[in-house]
Order: sequence, then C-alpha cells, then structure tokens
Amino acid sequence: MKYAVPIILVAVTVGLMVLGLFVTTQAGVPVGVTKGSALHTAKATTPQQAIDNLLLDVQRRNWDRAFAAVSSSSGITEQAFIQDWTGSDGSLRSFSSLEGYESRPLHATNDEAQMRVHLNFSTPVGPLEDVRDIHFIREGDVWKAVWPKVQVASVPAEVIPVTFLRWDLVTGSAGDEWGARNIDAPHVRIISMNAVDSGSGAVVMGEVTNEDTVPAFVTVNATLVDGNGNPIDEESSFDKISHILLPKQVSPYRIDFPNLHLKNVKSVRMDEKATLVPASADPVIGVMNQRIETDPQGKSVLHGDLLNQGGQTVNIPHVIASFYDSNGKVVWVSDGYVDRALLPKSSQPFAVEIPKNLSSEVHSFHVVVNQYSLNKS
Amino acid sequence: MLRRFKIFALIYFAATWAGLCSAQDLRVPGSASAGAETTVSTTGSGKATFYLVGPGASRKSDVTLGEDIHLSAQDMQTAGRYLAILCADTCHSSAFYVSAGKPASLSFIVHPSRVPVALNDAVSGVAFPFDQYRNLVLTPVNVNFQLTAKDTSLFSRAVRTQNGIAWFRTTSGKSAGPVRITASLDDLTAQRALQQVASDPCNLRITGQRTKIGILVQTEPVHDCAGNVLPDGTIVTFTATGQDGKDTVDAPIKQGIARAQMDSAGATTISAASGVVMGNEIRVGAQP
Repeated sequence: MKYAVPIILVAVTVGLMVLGLFVTTQAGVPVGVTKGSALHTAKATTPQQAIDNLLLDVQRRNWDRAFAAVSSSSGITEQAFIQDWTGSDGSLRSFSSLEGYESRPLHATNDEAQMRVHLNFSTPVGPLEDVRDIHFIREGDVWKAVWPKVQVASVPAEVIPVTFLRWDLVTGSAGDEWGARNIDAPHVRIISMNAVDSGSGAVVMGEVTNEDTVPAFVTVNATLVDGNGNPIDEESSFDKISHILLPKQVSPYRIDFPNLHLKNVKSVRMDEKATLVPASADPVIGVMNQRIETDPQGKSVLHGDLLNQGGQTVNIPHVIASFYDSNGKVVWVSDGYVDRALLPKSSQPFAVEIPKNLSSEVHSFHVVVNQYSLNKS
Repeated sequence: MLRRFKIFALIYFAATWAGLCSAQDLRVPGSASAGAETTVSTTGSGKATFYLVGPGASRKSDVTLGEDIHLSAQDMQTAGRYLAILCADTCHSSAFYVSAGKPASLSFIVHPSRVPVALNDAVSGVAFPFDQYRNLVLTPVNVNFQLTAKDTSLFSRAVRTQNGIAWFRTTSGKSAGPVRITASLDDLTAQRALQQVASDPCNLRITGQRTKIGILVQTEPVHDCAGNVLPDGTIVTFTATGQDGKDTVDAPIKQGIARAQMDSAGATTISAASGVVMGNEIRVGAQP
C-alpha cells in the first residue's frame, strides 16, 4: 500500500511523456507564443521544433547543422544561407549576433506551416529586431524550413566617374600670429522644436539646419528646467540626428528623457553645437518609394528604399525620419538602422515605426540618411 | 576721550618730525617710457636700501643717499605703476607711472571669417597697438581700416584708439569672394582675410524630364538675391510625390546646378528646397 502512490505517480508521468511524444495538436504545432530558450531536439517532428533547432544552431553558428534544417527545395546554397545570417560588406549584420527569438504559428496543416519569428539581434548600435515569416514543410517525418532565396545585390564591374565634392580642413599652428588664421565654427540653427510626453518619458524633437557654406558636425543638447529655474536633466541627441550636415542640409533630431514627464518641466533650454569638419558630398543616397503602411502586426510603419546613387559602399545606412502634422509641426522623429550594406548603384529597403497614438496625426514626413562607411573615419 | 586724542596727535607729529629730521628723500621721474632708462634722485647722507616694485620687475639694492639711482631699461620694460621705496632709519616711498613706448606692432582680429553677402553690421574688426615690449599703447593714435575686394575699396575709415583699442563695424559687400582687411598705423600694417559667401538661394527653379530610367530633375543655376552663385556642395532637396509614394534626394550643387534622378514611373509632382527656402513645383506625366 505504501508503494501505491509513488507507483501511480511514476506511471502517470511516463504515460504523459509518451503521450507528449506521439500526440500533437490537430495542426501539429503548439499553440501560443514560444520564446527562444528551447532545447535542441534530434529530430524536428513539429514546425516548432524545426524553428527551435534552426535558430539554436544559428545562435551557436553551427552552420552545417542549421542548413540541414533547411529544405532542399529552397534552392539556396549553404554559402548564401550563411551570408544571410552573418551579413557581408561590413554591414551592421556582420557585427551583430542573434540574441534571442520569439515565434508563433500563423497557420498550419499536416504538411506545411507558417511561423512568424521575432528575431532579436545584439548590435554595436543597440538591439535590433527583425520579423520574418518562415514557411515549413514536412519531408517524411521531419519538418524543414523553406528558406527564401537571398537577393544579393549584384554590382556589375564598371567604372563610375566620381566628381565628388570634398571639404578639407587646414588648421593653423601655435606659431601663427594671434587672430591671423581664425576660422569660425559653422552657423547652424534649430528651425523647429517640440516637446511631448511619450510612454517612456519626455521627448524633445525638431529639426536643425546648417545655414553656412561649409560642412558642420552638429550636436543638439536640451536641458529641462523646473519652475525654480533649476535644471532637472540634460541630454543630447546622440545618434538620433544626422551629425554631419552639408551646407543648407536639414536634419531631424530627437532627445529622449527617460522616466521624466513634462508636467514637472517649466521650460526647455536648447543648445546646438557645431564644429567644422572635413566632409564629402558623396555618395548621394535617394530615399525612394516612401509610403506609410500598416504592417501585419497592425503597426504604422514608414517603408521605403534607399538607393545609393554613388560609387562607394555605404556599410551601415541609418534612416532618420521626421513626421509632421497638418500644420507642419514635427510630431515625432523615428530612426532605424539598415542591417545590410548599401552597395554602389543598388538599393535596400528600410522601415521605421510610427507610434500608434500618433499615426492618425501624421500628415507628411521627411527622411534623411546618415551613412557610415568603413573606409571613412 | 580728548586726552586720548591729544596723545595720538603728539605721537603722530613726533614721528613725522623725526622722519624729516633724517633728511632722506627720493624724487621719482614725472614721466617714464617703457624700455627707457631713467633715474630716481635721493637726498640726505649715509647708506640706504632701495626697493623698486613694478608690474614686471622688482629689485633691491644698496644706495648712497644724495646720489641718483640709475634704473636700467630692463627694469622698466613693462608699463604700469611702479613703487620706489627708500629705507634708511625709516622708509619713504613714492609711486610713478611708466607708459608704453611708440607703437611697434598691431594686433588685429576680424570677425567673422565667413559672412553672407549684404548683411548689415556683419563684419567687425578690432586693432590693438603695442610697443616693442608688448605694452598696450594707451595714448590715442589713429588706425586706418580698409576693406578691399579685387583691388576695389569697399570701406575705408580712420579710427582713433580709445583706451588702446580701435574698432569698426560694417555691412558685408554684395559680391561673394575673398576680402582683404587691412589695419594700418604709420608704417605698421596687419592684414586679415574674410570670405564673403553667397546668401540664401533666391528664385530656386527646377526643370525635369522623363528619361528611360525615371525622371531627371535639375535646378537652374542657383543664385542668391544679389546674383552670386551658391557654392558647390550646397544641398538641394528634391521631393517627388506620385502614386508609388514619395521619393526624396538630397543632391549637392555642382558647378551651380543640382541634379537628381528620381525613379517614379507614374504622374509625379516634384518640388525642391534648399535649407528653409522653397523652390517651384513641376508636374511630370506618367511614363508612356
């Protein structure tokens, strides 16, 4: 009698384990959201196991085993598959690694399934999220991913004549006569400013322009001041600005004050700093096909394509967009990094999100592209 | 109270009388120039100690009362207030001023180094005359300021220094290009360069035509309101709005003209802006 309860418990446990192995839901997939902390299974008998196996191997950079989880019907080579994950040409993807993922089934039958995966990458510019819909098919008793062919921009060998403009800076030496070789800092001006409360804190944003005839390295700082005239907090635009502004160029800026609310703020002190820097006017990047759409998750997103019209590779393109209401007031500034390099004469898609509560207010927008190239300092 | 006052007065007069009785005195120069030798004369007899305290030097020496004390040029290089002290039984002191010598150099600063054309009171310059020992010359002198562009005089004015400073302020010229600014005082001259640059664009106009690969849009030569060509590298933002969405290109001006390639296939409206200046708007029909 005293062994009856343990024996029953063991029997029930074993029974449930067997049931778990052989019985699945009707669709053959688990229901709900799964986060990427699963264990690698020897054989992917469900789409969920297939995606877990694939992404765990990608995280571990076990490329051979990861590629084995891809269906041969995909028509993709292992090299292209690896490049899809590791990036190339000094792009942001080549400096990032898959930190985690979250997957959920979209639909499934006995032979095929569609999974939506939120991929979280850690990158030098902060966490980056990528959403992918991955198609799975059942091959025998194993589920495999159908990996889409990677569209690698193919740049034909050609000579692109570049008559680009460049500003060099020659500074005076200590031995120069006083006042003989002074060069003034570029003249920049904040042309609009708006302070709002967002979910995460206060945000100060607007636009700044270089009114001078020389390039400027611009930083915008803001200080929140309370009713007694005391500063509450001071922050800078950090990477939410195109720092190098060519003559007459306009850039949005955004300054975040986390965990602060405007009800405690009496005024905002703005301070723009500009220094003279060497710069180049090349390459010119066109921002094409800009349109605001609602994505499958119901978010308002500004989509578009960056077109490199020059002959130099832009390794890490950075998009900053300002959104205006019907009165032309800046109501939000969003930014986003493109994790693929922008090769000469080629284009890359981009997307930046608009907060849900502002999407109805947005009447127009303006996009600028910040560019980081490895062969430039 | 009255008794205390009487005692104090008695001590004061006694001390003064004792000082006079020693017969030591010094006479400082009425005017002295920086870097010029001078003398301090003494009266009385016997030995004494002489101290000289100035803004750039201090010295102590044993002297004989009744003889002149020689102050070398090196002692007197810095202009300012000097104190001569002679101590025997008691100490006597006297102050004198050393003024700057003849102007030997001219420091000249001009602001700004770049200025848009035709801007009121935009250019200013300040000149400081110094003597050979870098003392600011406070004696009023006339400094001539002159602005010249391509051998044409834009501005000329003689300004008398006040407290060692002469300055001017003027409106920038109407033509872009380098301007030479000269400050002169007798045979001394200091030159600075100023770059006059084009102002904001005026009448920014664009034209566009459809090509095989899209729409080629370009500006007419971009000038400011004074007719100066805007410098190369100035950004013109082209915006094309069509059915496919919006295209924007930030194109730099090259040789006076900014060009951009837009890839819109449908009917498109294109506008241009440079900084805060808007240009005209054109409509280009759909690709046939």
